[in-house]
Parts: sequence; C-alpha cells; structure tokens
Amino acid sequence: MYRYDQYDQALVDARVAEFRDQVARRLANEITEDQFKPLRLMNGLYLQLHAYMLRVAVPYGTLSGTQLRMLAHIARRYDRGYAHFTTRQNIQYNWMKLEETPDLLADLATVEMHAIQTSGNCIRNISSDQFAGAAADELADPRPYAELLRQWSSFHPEFSFLPRKFKIAVIASDTDRAAVQLHDIGLQLVRRDGELGFKVWVGGGMGRTPMIGHVVREFIPARQYLSYCEAILRVYNRFGRRDNIYKARIKILVHELGAEEFIRQVQAEWAEMEPRGLDAPQAEYDRIVAQFAAPDYDRAAPDSLDRSDPDFALWVDQNVHAHKQPGYAIATISLKPVGGIPGDASAAQMDLIADLAERYAHDEIRVTHSQNLVFAHVRKADLYAVWTALNDAGLATPNLDLVTDIIACPGLDYCALANARSIPVAQKIAQRFADLDRQHDIGEIKIKISGCINACGHHHAGHIGILGVDKKGEEAYQLSLGGSGAEDASLAKILGPGFSEAGVVDAVEKVIEAYRAVRSGPRERFLDTYRRLGDAPFKAAVYGAVA
Amino acid sequence: MRLLTGNILETGDVVWWTGHDWSLHLRDAVDVDADGDALLARTLAEERINDPALVAAEPTADGPRPRTMRERVRGAGPTVRLDLNRNPA
Amino acid sequence: MSGVVDSIEDQSPVAGAPPPPETTANIMSLRDAPLYDGPVVALADFGAMSNTAAVRIDPGDDVRALLPHLAGLRLIEVSFPKYRDGRGYSSAQILREAGYAGELRAVGDVLIDQIVFLRRVGFDSFAPAAPLDPSTVVTTLARFPFVYMNAADHRTPIWTLRHG
Repeated sequence: MYRYDQYDQALVDARVAEFRDQVARRLANEITEDQFKPLRLMNGLYLQLHAYMLRVAVPYGTLSGTQLRMLAHIARRYDRGYAHFTTRQNIQYNWMKLEETPDLLADLATVEMHAIQTSGNCIRNISSDQFAGAAADELADPRPYAELLRQWSSFHPEFSFLPRKFKIAVIASDTDRAAVQLHDIGLQLVRRDGELGFKVWVGGGMGRTPMIGHVVREFIPARQYLSYCEAILRVYNRFGRRDNIYKARIKILVHELGAEEFIRQVQAEWAEMEPRGLDAPQAEYDRIVAQFAAPDYDRAAPDSLDRSDPDFALWVDQNVHAHKQPGYAIATISLKPVGGIPGDASAAQMDLIADLAERYAHDEIRVTHSQNLVFAHVRKADLYAVWTALNDAGLATPNLDLVTDIIACPGLDYCALANARSIPVAQKIAQRFADLDRQHDIGEIKIKISGCINACGHHHAGHIGILGVDKKGEEAYQLSLGGSGAEDASLAKILGPGFSEAGVVDAVEKVIEAYRAVRSGPRERFLDTYRRLGDAPFKAAVYGAVA
Repeated sequence: MRLLTGNILETGDVVWWTGHDWSLHLRDAVDVDADGDALLARTLAEERINDPALVAAEPTADGPRPRTMRERVRGAGPTVRLDLNRNPA
Repeated sequence: MSGVVDSIEDQSPVAGAPPPPETTANIMSLRDAPLYDGPVVALADFGAMSNTAAVRIDPGDDVRALLPHLAGLRLIEVSFPKYRDGRGYSSAQILREAGYAGELRAVGDVLIDQIVFLRRVGFDSFAPAAPLDPSTVVTTLARFPFVYMNAADHRTPIWTLRHG
C-alpha cells in the first residue's frame, strides 16, 4: 500500500498545525462559529446530536495494521471505545471533543492518516473496490489511480468551494464493487488497443434526486485522466447550481444541460488544459504503482481447505471469495452481528483485526462501502485460525450479502440531519431473519436503510431500500424495491404508503415471503425476481390484493 | 414548556439551561418561558454554546420530556447504546 | 439565526448574493507594483468603455469574455460576495492561464483561511470586507511547504520535486 514520503507527511503535518491554530483562535473567541464552522468541516469535524463527530479518511478503504491499531487507540483515548465504518469506506467517531481534536489529528498524522476533506463542499475520499489487488476479475489494481486522485484533490485551490460535495470512485473490473455509477465521477480502468485508460461516468448520486451516472467518455488514456477530471470539476465549479442546495450536485447540472452539452463543455474545457501540466509524469505513475505491488505470496501455499468444522464451512461458503493467487483467499469480516449495530467495531475488536492482519493478511485491512471489513490476502491454510479468532470476537457472522447483512446509516440515534432512527430497524429486521437456514433459503438480498433523504445508507441502491421520514412528528418509513449499486445499477422504486417501525419490519418480511412464493426457483435472486415481475406481487403481499 | 439547549463549544456536550447555568442533564432543564428568546440571543452572541435552540417539552414526574424524538435522543443518548445514556433512570 | 437547529453545514444558497461594497480601506497587495486605483467597471459595462483599465468579475460572469482584452487591463477584481461561492477561483485560474499579468484582486468575503487557495489560483491583491492582519497573512501563506499540483502561482508540484 502507499507510504507517505516526506512531502505527503509535511502536508499532513502542516494541516494539523493549521487546525490547531484555528481551534485555538475559536476557543479564544477570536473567530465566530460562523467563521470557524467551514474550517472544522474541512477537517471532517461535525457537530452532531450528542457531541462532535469526526470522520477520518481511509483512502480507498485501505488500512495497515498499525493504522487500525491507531484508530483503536483513538477510540479508547478520545472517544467511548468504539467507532463506525461508513458507506464511503471511512471511519467515524461519535463522541469527540473539539479541544482534543488537534492532538488526535497529530496522533493520526504519525501513522499517515488524516481527516482532510472528509466534509465540506470539496472533493471527498476517493473510494475503490475492497477486493483490489486480489480479485481475479480486475484488469490491474485500481488503487494507484485512486492514490493519484487523492493527491490531485488534496488542497486543490480551485475546487475547495464547490457548489456541493464531490465523490469519486475507481474500479478496475466489470463487476462493480464500488458503485461507480452512483458517484459524481465514476472511473473504470479498461484497456483499448493495448493502452490503459478509463471509462468515465459523471452525474450519479443518491440523496433527494437519485440518478445513475452518464457515460461521458468511453476511453480516456490513463496518462490524461487527471486533466480530464480537472475539466469536469471546472465545468461543475463554474456552472453547478448554487441557488438551491438540493440542486447543487453535478448530477443536476448534467441533467439540466443534457449529457451531450455537458460532454461538449467538458471537452472544450479539457482542450484548454493541455499546456497546464496537470497530468502526472510517467515516473510518478510508476512510483505509485510500485507501492501497490502484489504481496510476497507464499507460492507453496496449499490450495485445499479443511472444511470439517461445519461452522467454519458456513463462514467459508458465505464470507470467503476466490483470490487470483492459488493458495489464497479473500475473507470478509462481518460487522453485522444479528442485533448489533451495522458497521460498528469496538477498540478491542479493531486491535484484534490489526493483529490478525499483520499475522495472516499481509498487513492489510480493507473497508467496504457495505460497512464490513476485508482481509484481501489470506492463505487458505490460515483461514481456520483467522476464523477462530474472529469468531471469538463476534466478527465471524457468516452473512455477507444475506438478509442480515444490512447497511444502515447512524440515523436519528446519532445524526443531526436524520428524521428517523435507522439502526433499530436494521436490528429488528436482522433479528426477524436470524435463522441461518432461512437466510440461506432467501439468498442474496441487500437491504439498505437511510434515516433521511440524504441517503447515506444508500437506500436508493438497495434491493430493499428503507427511508426514514418524519410524519407529523413521528418516525415513519418508506419501502422501496429493486435498487442496485453494482454494474447493473438501478434505482429502487417506492412500493406504496409508508409504515411505522414495526410496520416496516413486517412489510419487509411480507416482501421476502412474496419473493419466495413467486421466484422461478430457489436460485433466482430477489432482485432478479423483482425485475422479472415488477412490484405487483409485492404490493399485493404488503398492501393486500387490488380488487 | 420551552427549554433552552445547545452544545458546549469545547466538548460538544449537550447541555440544558437550568435558570442559572448549564447542565448535562435534561432533568435539570427549566422552562425558559417568556425569557427564552432573549436568553437564546444572549447565548448566540457569547459564542460559547453552539447551535443554541429553544425546544418544546412537556413536564413529567421524571423531568421535562421533549416533544420531538430528536430532542429526546439528544437528552438521553443513542437509543441503541443505553450504556451511554446520560440520564439513567 | 432563528434558533432552530438546522443543517449541519451552512448550505444556504450563495447565488444571487449582492456584490460586496467597494472599499479601498483594507486592500493588501502582494505585488511589487503599486495598486491600481482608477475606476473599476462591472463586466456588463466593460464593452461600452473600452479604454477602461479595470474591470470587476462577479461570480455569475463568464470571465472568458475578457480574454481578448487582457493586454489593456491593469486590474481585474473578482468578487466573493460569500466566501463559499467558489466560482471566483476558476475565474482567476482562467485569467492567469490566458496570460493575464496585471493585478488580480479578490474582493469581498475574503477570510484568512482562503488566502492560500486565493494565492495559488493567481490573486495577488486582496480587498477583504473585514481587514486581515498582514503578519497573519505572511504566516498563513508560508504554512504549507509543498503543493501537489500545478496552479497559477507556478509553485513546483511535488511530483517535479520527486522526479525532476
């Protein structure tokens, strides 16, 4: 993985010093809260319901054991012993004190971490595929390109006061594990005539007006993708709407101009960029790519697996994916214990995962946008030891992509923006479907819950999506079906009138039972049944048959 | 009744106006009533309590109960982590 | 402030905010040359007054309208009615990329915390609505020892330092 050189480190250190100074000025009342708020937001520090919340960047979802151990230390030293992994591969702490954040950020800087640009109207964390570097279906590891984007976007002087936040995702396979079509810019590494380049989508996003991105360029050579992104950002900065915060994302600009006109403007802007020297020299590509070289594999690692422990076998079947290197596997660490809080991990759990990573996973941990963690490189021979340790710590729930592997935003339990709580809904649904045989029978189904229209739970991309709303002062929930954040991207459609919390859990069960009744066979996924039959059978099941 | 609430600048802690100072505990909050708007304005101007706000509540035997779920969560902590509840019964 | 706790981030619309009042009281320059102190016309009026040497660009203006006239301009003001409206940063970059070498002044809601970005995109003078302390400006400008990318200020990007 990428290691800072003295330049990267100097910038993060300077940022810590800058923020320390800004906090001191605020605490001494030399600046007002109105002046200070955007500054702390640029360092990922929000004021939430209970305290300040800090969002620490996990660039393209990759961590070393040392870094994860520091994140655990921060949870213990500065927070209440736990943290939350987010749908953008970042990590959040809920109980921060402003007066302690300069020291906290200084601690993070010692392990090459920061909270820069994790909030505010700027370019946010670049996200990527949690299986990068390990999946057999990728063209090459996408993360060097994500790292270059991170450097390009950090402290970008022209794009620090955009109309709204800006999110970029990068993948390198046809299978989309990072939801690129639901990002402001989505990039897929492709090869054409032997040359590496990117397919580019612009204008995907969720929130109040969800949209799927448009392909604006089938191929931009890899050596020019930075200047091309610069052109997109400049068009957005100049012409994105600033009159209405709900219309301020780039997806609205693309929609209102029309894709063709938007592309024309980007092309025109890009043509002006040639002399600006925005694209990295080949030596820089080479330097970064080299840091993502494959781990030093044990070439003699046996490819067989002893499945005689039935609980281990269940976990292998559900949570372990094939690795491109024989003898190796990709293991997903579930942060979705039934009845637990999706995406949360205690400091002790984080320490354990760090230890296991160093011992068994080539010292790498990945964060997924589904709020789980991944060991990308584990020898099959070590899987049993890994599973045993994870299992003892409650981290081995064998439910990846099953009905209890729910994505939920923090919701009204934590978030000042929320209309309703989302975590209790996730817990109740998971408890309703706790029986593992039942989960296996249902098969792959992705339930995503957001506590408000900002859609941090990605409910528009849920096979079943749930949105918390405020109905005359009471929490209420809308149910949507048929969304997908994968390469077959689609937006979930509202099924009908909303429900109470108990009502939505019952409705989900009715939807799933209806699916079982009408599926073409036990192997047809819920999403495919929905796409085949539409919402009629589900409406009937939930609201009663139409006369 | 109307309560005055906010978050301490230095720590982010949720606090409630008791009539003479700020308390971490919802049960200590008083009805600021007609003085509320003036108190709110003063709190804003002092720039030491963030996001000050007036919150509607009902008096109960166990102390004020805010009318909205949001403020009840602010007063008690996350409903899914009762171990972090600031106002244990 | 209404007292109602609203969104986490201040996202009130910035489009349509009135341009900041003209004032020469607080101007700070990083140029060796003296400040231009002649009349400044709005872009809309510029065409009719072709011997004006100073023009103001507001956020909604298309700065490229000035590109044929750069040689005759000694001062271009770019207004920031609200600091969150970042369109002026693009305007400045475009002007410098086109070869404009005169005074480029950021006017209005300019706070010390934007100074680094403003400098990088090519501003060399500042007319903030609230005065800036000159020594703080100097310290702030020196805070970040390196830059990742090329910009109008021509600071050497880190990859050039790495590879030559």
